[in-house]
Amino acid sequence: MSAPFILYVPQDAAALAVDADAVAQAIAHEATARGQNVRIIRNGSRGLLWLEPMVEIATPQGRIAYGPVAPEDVPGLFDARWLNGGAHPLAHGLTDAIPYLAQQERLTFARVGIVDPRSVEDYVAHDGYAGLRAAVAMPPEDILAAITTSGLRGRGGAAFPAGIKWKTVASAAGPRKYIVCNADEGDSGTFADRLLMEGDPFTLIEGMTIAGIATGATQGFVYIRSEYPHAITAMQAAIDAARASGWLGADIAASGRRFDMDVRVGAGAYICGEETSLLESLEGKRGVVRAKPPLPAIAGLFGCPTVINNVITLASVPTILAHGAERYRDFGVGRSQGTLPFQLAGNLRQGGLVEKAFGVTLRTLIDTFGGGSASGRPLRAVQVGGPLGAYLPAAQWDAPMDYESYVKIGAMIGHGGIVAFDDTVDMARMARYAMAFCAIESCGKCTPCRIGATRGVETIEKIAAGGPQREQQIHLLRDLCDTMMGGSLCAMGGMTPYPVLSALDHFPEDFGGGASHASSPQTATHAA
Amino acid sequence: MDTRVVPLAAPSCSPAIAAAREAIAQHRDTPGPLLPILHAIQHRLRCIPPETVGTLAEALNLSRAEVHGVITFYPHFRTAPPGDHVIEVCRAESCQSRGGEAIAAHAEARLGCTFNTTTDDGRYTLESVYCLGLCAQSPSMMIDGKPYARITPARFDRLVANAVAAAAAATASPPAAAMGGQRDTPSTATAGNDQPPFAAPTVHPTAAPGNSEASA
Repeated sequence: MSAPFILYVPQDAAALAVDADAVAQAIAHEATARGQNVRIIRNGSRGLLWLEPMVEIATPQGRIAYGPVAPEDVPGLFDARWLNGGAHPLAHGLTDAIPYLAQQERLTFARVGIVDPRSVEDYVAHDGYAGLRAAVAMPPEDILAAITTSGLRGRGGAAFPAGIKWKTVASAAGPRKYIVCNADEGDSGTFADRLLMEGDPFTLIEGMTIAGIATGATQGFVYIRSEYPHAITAMQAAIDAARASGWLGADIAASGRRFDMDVRVGAGAYICGEETSLLESLEGKRGVVRAKPPLPAIAGLFGCPTVINNVITLASVPTILAHGAERYRDFGVGRSQGTLPFQLAGNLRQGGLVEKAFGVTLRTLIDTFGGGSASGRPLRAVQVGGPLGAYLPAAQWDAPMDYESYVKIGAMIGHGGIVAFDDTVDMARMARYAMAFCAIESCGKCTPCRIGATRGVETIEKIAAGGPQREQQIHLLRDLCDTMMGGSLCAMGGMTPYPVLSALDHFPEDFGGGASHASSPQTATHAA
Repeated sequence: MDTRVVPLAAPSCSPAIAAAREAIAQHRDTPGPLLPILHAIQHRLRCIPPETVGTLAEALNLSRAEVHGVITFYPHFRTAPPGDHVIEVCRAESCQSRGGEAIAAHAEARLGCTFNTTTDDGRYTLESVYCLGLCAQSPSMMIDGKPYARITPARFDRLVANAVAAAAAATASPPAAAMGGQRDTPSTATAGNDQPPFAAPTVHPTAAPGNSEASA
């Protein structure tokens, strides 16, 4: 019998959520019935999420994509000789040539969807551990210098320079040091951490190991939210595999260095994505925010110097070490260097992951990549940066997406989540939701957040109801937002005003005031 | 030798206490063991019974208030077992942009209970969840820990019926598998008049799951 045809059926949660397991079963069943020799590899997602479940066939020309494949499509695909790349309405040609993918700059996500996420060998065969190999041959100061030169900043949202954070930990004294990975990806509209952990978990392990070597930390923790059961399983399996093959443990890659790590599981608290709250949770306490200083880099987990970085920050480290800090830095613009995995979500026809250099515009992302609204109606507002990010009207969609430009327009890039809304959205309702979410998720430590969020919900309800008190209530809301921004301990209370005020400023017609709520397209002064 | 004391099996040791002791024994030497222990207990018992608080406090040298405080801080932890099927509907922004709130209303109507309650017959617990990371395929939900995306009212009904049928098939009678267990794919979408075996619409607001005050 000839060599088996190789098929890739993603095992990412985004594929499983649209019946990828049933598709894999149908393929196996149909192949057996037809006497075809096939091997199905369960990979991560290529990030073209509107095509999931997207099945790829390995051909001599490259992988050919078919999607979205439903189980009952499978016999027809075999009839169309898809194992040889045959034509079919669901065929998209070579995956790498699909414009959505071809126009990206995938550095951090270079391997996601390509490798078998359970195989160390496959990882190594795809340039994996090249960064760590380079790192163990360097003095720690040179690793720190490379991270600083690369311009890498915290991808969780705060955008703090990673090199400075690492240097602080490296020079801090402590009985132990820790590398903590923040995988509590709670922002709506974000899934980059999840895609990476499920599709290429060894990259994160490699990045954390390099961080350990650079700073003198010997223990790492990945804190993953409980809403991500598949990421938890994938990371745990990858850590076990890395340990079994000597990439974690007492003598990493025969370098004499020690580093090991474990998965810890969150428990449904959004606030634990805030770094000090996450550390409290890791210590087994309520996830209540800590006052800073001391910085976690000086006194973090169990009082020890701790690097705490987001998944994407740490997963960007291997490519920097493997291919040079300058190469990474030269993507991007100004002080926003490198790439960011943007996540296109909400009401978009082609949602998915788009890794691009900083400087791309929102309009390019939602039109060229996103393909406009899924509903077919005009897009009206786009929230960038999660529940604490501003709602941007069409007039702001041409601003370059980099940290500094977004600060200038009163917005933030955050973790790169982009949620698009069509013209049926009621922005007063979204503003109210932002305050309500803050009220639900506040840790309760500081008053502006704990009380302010509840008062904010009430005030927005009064504004939306209209009436003679409306102007006074708007004044009150702005005053409240000012207190929250200036007086909250962390970004939860401090940034909830961003979606609220941006909705009020850019979409005032939705906030009572006599005009009908803008579910009517006429009120949208925005391009399609 | 570890000097912390875990009471040895007492004659009156309940299953909950036994599960707590087992979880403690398994995780007590990991740094910051309380959350891993709580996860282990909930994994075993589907909840963290309040009677375990004293055992946990004693073993970890914490006050009962501290342990209670941790359990009640985290929405994932529950102090009473949920219904047979836990249905979590995403209520966050991305799902809202794709009609998620209509799905939420549909879920309440079809299951016959409001959010964060369990149906009277104990079959379904309906909960809000704030983001499952499936935002490019909103609206999304989880049934018994399994993720589902691109939810429509008809797909919601089929998925719940399938989960019920799968559970019935797993526990006993093979004929139960035929009960509404049709294949769920968008292309087989049919009208929603194939009534799945839903419960009567009765609400039991006191059986609130999650971290509401766990007095008992």
